[in-house]
Order: sequence, then structure tokens, then C-alpha cells
Amino acid sequence: MSLDQVSNLTATPIAGVQPILSASGLVKRYGKVVALDNADFELMPGEILAVIGDNGAGKTSLIKALCGAMIPDAGVIKLDGSPISFRSPMDARLAGIETVYQNLALSPALSIADNLFLGREMRKPGPLGSIFRLLDRSGMNRIARAKLSELGLMTIQNINQSVETLSGGQRQGVAVARAAAFGSKVVIMDEPTAALGVKESRRVLELMLDVKRRGMPIVLISHNMPHVFEVADRIHIHRLGKRIAVIRPKDYTMSDAVAIMTGAMAPPLMLE
Amino acid sequence: MSDDAAGSATADKGLANATHGVASFDEERPGLVRRLQAFLHTYPTAIPFIVLVVGVAIFSVAAGSKFFAPFNLSLVLQQVTIIGVLGIAQTLIILTAGIDLSVGAIMILSSIVMGRLSVTAGVPVEISFVLGIGTGILCGFINGILVALVKLPPFIVTLGTWSIYGAMIIFISNSETIRSQDISAIAPMLQWMGARVALGGGAILTAGSMVMILIAATVWYVLNRTAFGRHIYATGDDPEAARLAGINTTWTLVGVYTLAGFICALASWVLIGRVGAVSPLGSQTANLDSITAVVIGGTSLFGGRGSIVGTLLGALIVGMFRNGLALAGVDVLWQEFAVGALIIIAVTTDQWIRKISA
Repeated sequence: MSLDQVSNLTATPIAGVQPILSASGLVKRYGKVVALDNADFELMPGEILAVIGDNGAGKTSLIKALCGAMIPDAGVIKLDGSPISFRSPMDARLAGIETVYQNLALSPALSIADNLFLGREMRKPGPLGSIFRLLDRSGMNRIARAKLSELGLMTIQNINQSVETLSGGQRQGVAVARAAAFGSKVVIMDEPTAALGVKESRRVLELMLDVKRRGMPIVLISHNMPHVFEVADRIHIHRLGKRIAVIRPKDYTMSDAVAIMTGAMAPPLMLE
Repeated sequence: MSDDAAGSATADKGLANATHGVASFDEERPGLVRRLQAFLHTYPTAIPFIVLVVGVAIFSVAAGSKFFAPFNLSLVLQQVTIIGVLGIAQTLIILTAGIDLSVGAIMILSSIVMGRLSVTAGVPVEISFVLGIGTGILCGFINGILVALVKLPPFIVTLGTWSIYGAMIIFISNSETIRSQDISAIAPMLQWMGARVALGGGAILTAGSMVMILIAATVWYVLNRTAFGRHIYATGDDPEAARLAGINTTWTLVGVYTLAGFICALASWVLIGRVGAVSPLGSQTANLDSITAVVIGGTSLFGGRGSIVGTLLGALIVGMFRNGLALAGVDVLWQEFAVGALIIIAVTTDQWIRKISA
């Protein structure tokens, strides 16, 4: 196999374009268990990168390291080319990495607007805000409505209705809107369709493509191969604590991907 | 459109006709019961409000003009003032899915500190007052640290501090009551909350009742119009989600318990105003009464749901039942029976309302 063919089969990023988020040599041990074994990761601007791997392959550890929920023992994480280190999910959020957790991290009893602004509320200008800490409710409602309309979610009529009255897909929409709304650079989505029905999964996939069209790259962690192959530009395959391949969905079938993931098929060579 | 279609192709074909948008509502008319559930879910204070109005109507008929008289109604308000203030503190705690069994003990301890220092030790009353308030804040802060940082269950923490603060009450007070006339001679400021305004028709409004309403308004503002208030609800609703959303749940909890301690200290001022004397006894049941007011007021013991207005209504309902049943000549045991039944009905209703989902 010539070098040209290899580079067609693997999804090595084009030279010259810098990854927006990258990691190299990540190591994480829990006692004798090695969760991350020199793992690498690269997310290019404007792409949807799916991360797949068998249970226990270490993809959760990888994602936790990227979103600040876990501190790796060794390795470098770079955002926009500069090295960063996170001590908490809040650090990662401030740096522009937003995560939509599988449990969504929404407060069911609070309203949609409250949830969108949870942890970064806006206060009224002047002494009302600085001394009396008065929230700018009308401002937050206005922005919340605008953000939801941008993502085509404005069929939600009442921005003040509580999140628990929404369906699973609607809640996912609110969580995605929150992640994409605040000038973030990267959105990480953990199993966004796992708990949804067919119709609602479809809406969430469209939502992801919407977010991508607005120029925001997405890291998608999913077990659902049809969904991965439908929306991903590249697929990062994680096995035994490290990245063993990055493929393009159009070059491989789903069963190939699963075979590589489980070790039944040799991974394509990776160009360094 | 078939949701149970086996293949995804079939399902996708069905999608073409599906209503577009992830957030559309099903338009089928829900039944009356479902609509009631949704209404109560949106306006949980409706229940205590209705109970209060119906109760007033029933007692007005049953006990006649003795009950529905300006003097008697204002008496009910005076009787519930202390429980109302403690209930406001308790609401804050219960909104975080906690419980505070030490509110009554904190209140008594603060009043003992104020009374002993000013009357017995001869410390200027202003300084005694500030130290008494500080005692309440410190007690609340200790509860908060144990709950939020040491991560012990609130029930156990406050069960323990209830005993500890109770021991401090006996230690500082020497088990002595400070007489009302001594306080009015040496430290009259401590009795300010007993000041009365005649409203006409025999109705009397005390300074303590006005302070209760002022505290309620302030806490309502904090809960509904500030970020801290939203964080209290979020922390009680789902602490893990709140943490992932970037809320510092630890300090939110410490802040809540400390604020509750401060409100309990204010309750001690109201208490001295109402009773006149400072007693190490009494208000042993204030903890449970405050929880009763909160629960009857529709605040969920599971956290994240409830309101200050509900708690004030809850306190008024308990006061109204006790007063009305007494005036109607009903034995005291049936007053307790009625309050117990109200608690169980309130919690059952809360469970039912919480089951709502789209």
C-alpha cells in the first residue's frame, strides 16, 4: 500500500490547519487500572468528531480530562494551540469548552430561562444590580428566547415554564442551547440521543448539524453507530486507553468501525 | 405516523408527516384532574391559600363572631409571628432538601445571650443585642459547615446541634428566667418587638408581626430576584446538576444555613417582645411547628420547590385551626389531630404534584 492510499484511508487532518482542541500523551491511572495510556486527541475547527469505543476503553476518562472533570496524571491539552490545565468543569467552561452531560445537568423545577443562565446570571445595570443584586429577568428572557429561536427551538412557547414539563428532546434542546449560547469554542455532547425516541433523536441530530453550521465544533460521544455515521465528519476510535484510529465515515462501514473498535480488525495506519 | 414502527426507515417515513419541532405540545385536552395537577404545579401556593380561606369561612360559621372579629384575627397573627419567622428560616433550609431541627434552640440561645449579657452581666444593651444576633449567625454557620463541608446529613447535624445549643442554653442561663420587669428596666430595647399599634375595631398589630412581614418580603426577594436565590432552588432540586452547571453548591449551602441562623436570631428578638421575659424553657416544639408551617405551606421536603408566601400561609393555617377549634369549644386533642391531618394531606398533595411530567 502506497503512502497516498494510506492517507486516503485515514483521516489525518490537512497540514496547516491547527486543531482547535488537542491532547497528546494523556495518562490516567486508577490504582493498577490504566484508564488512559498515552491517549491523543484532535478536534479540528468546524467539524463534528465522534468518539467511539467499547465500554471500558477509556473514552469517558478522555472526555472527563477534556472537560475538566478529571485531572490527568500526564499529558498536554491544548486549546487554540496554547496549553491549558483545568482544575474543575468551571475552568473548562470559562475557557470555552461546554459540555452537555448525559444527565443534562438541568434543574427540573427551574424555568427554561433560569436554566439557560444557571451559574452565569445577568444582573440589572446600576445600583439595583450591584447593591441589591437584582436579576435582569427581562434581559435574560429576551436572550433566552433569541438563543432558542436561533436553534429553531422556539416552538417552546413559554420561556418561564419549568424544565420538568418538557419532553426529553426538548430538555436536550435546552441543554444544547445552553452549551452553544455563550460564545463557547467547543461543545462536548455525551450520549445525546441515548434516552430519546426516534423522532426526538432525529431532532437532536439536526440540532447538532445546526450548531456545526454556525461554526462550532462538536465532540460527540455515542454508542449509536447509525447516528455517528450520519453526522460525524471524522470518527475517533478509542481502544485500550488510547486512540487507535481516526477514520472518515464515508471510507468505512459501520461493521468495520465496530471491528476496529473491538480489535477484530487491524486499525488503519496513522500518519503522525 | 407510527411510533412503534420496527425499522428506522419506516420511522423516518413517518417523520415526514410528523409535526415539526422538538418542542410542540400535544394538543389533546387533558382531563380535569390532569389540568388541576398542572395548575397546582404552576401555582403551589394555591392550596394553602384555599385552605386558609375555606377555614376562615368554616370557623366564622362554627364559632360565630368570636372568631371573625378584628381583635381575634389580629390575635391569630400575633400567635403565629414567632413560628412564622422560624418558618421562613426553615423554608430556606428545606428548599435545599435539608431540615433544621435546631431553629428553636438557636432562637432561645440568642435570646438568652441578649438577656443575660444586658440584664445580668450589665453589658450595654446594643452590644448584647449584636452579640445575640452574632450567636444565631454562628450557630447557623456551624450547621452549614457540618452539612456542606463535612457532608453529614442535615437531619443528624441539626439533631446533634439541637442538643448542643440546648446545653449551651442551660449553661449560659443557669436555668434561670429573666423577669420581664427587669428587662424593661435595664434593656427595654429587647422588648421593642412587643410594641403595639391599634388598627381600629379592636385589631392590634405588633412590631413583631411587621418585622415578620419585612423578613418574609426580603427573603422572597432574595429567593426570586437574585442569583443566590436561584442557586438555592437549583441546589435543592438536583445538587449534581447544579454543580455541573457551575454553581458552588458547598458555599450556597453554608450561606443558606448561616442566613437561617440569622433569621432565628431575629426571631429571638420577636420572641422577647411577645413574651416579655427571657426563658430557657419553652419553644421546645418550635422546631416541629416551623416544619409544620413549611410543609402545610406547600414547600416540598425533597427540595427545590416551595415559597415563602406558602410558609406564611401555612403558619396562619395552623394558628387559625388552633384558635378556631378552641373558640368552637373543641378539645385540645382535636386541634392536634387536625394539624397532624393537615401535614399528611399536604405531603400527599406534594407527592402527587411532583409526579407531573410531559
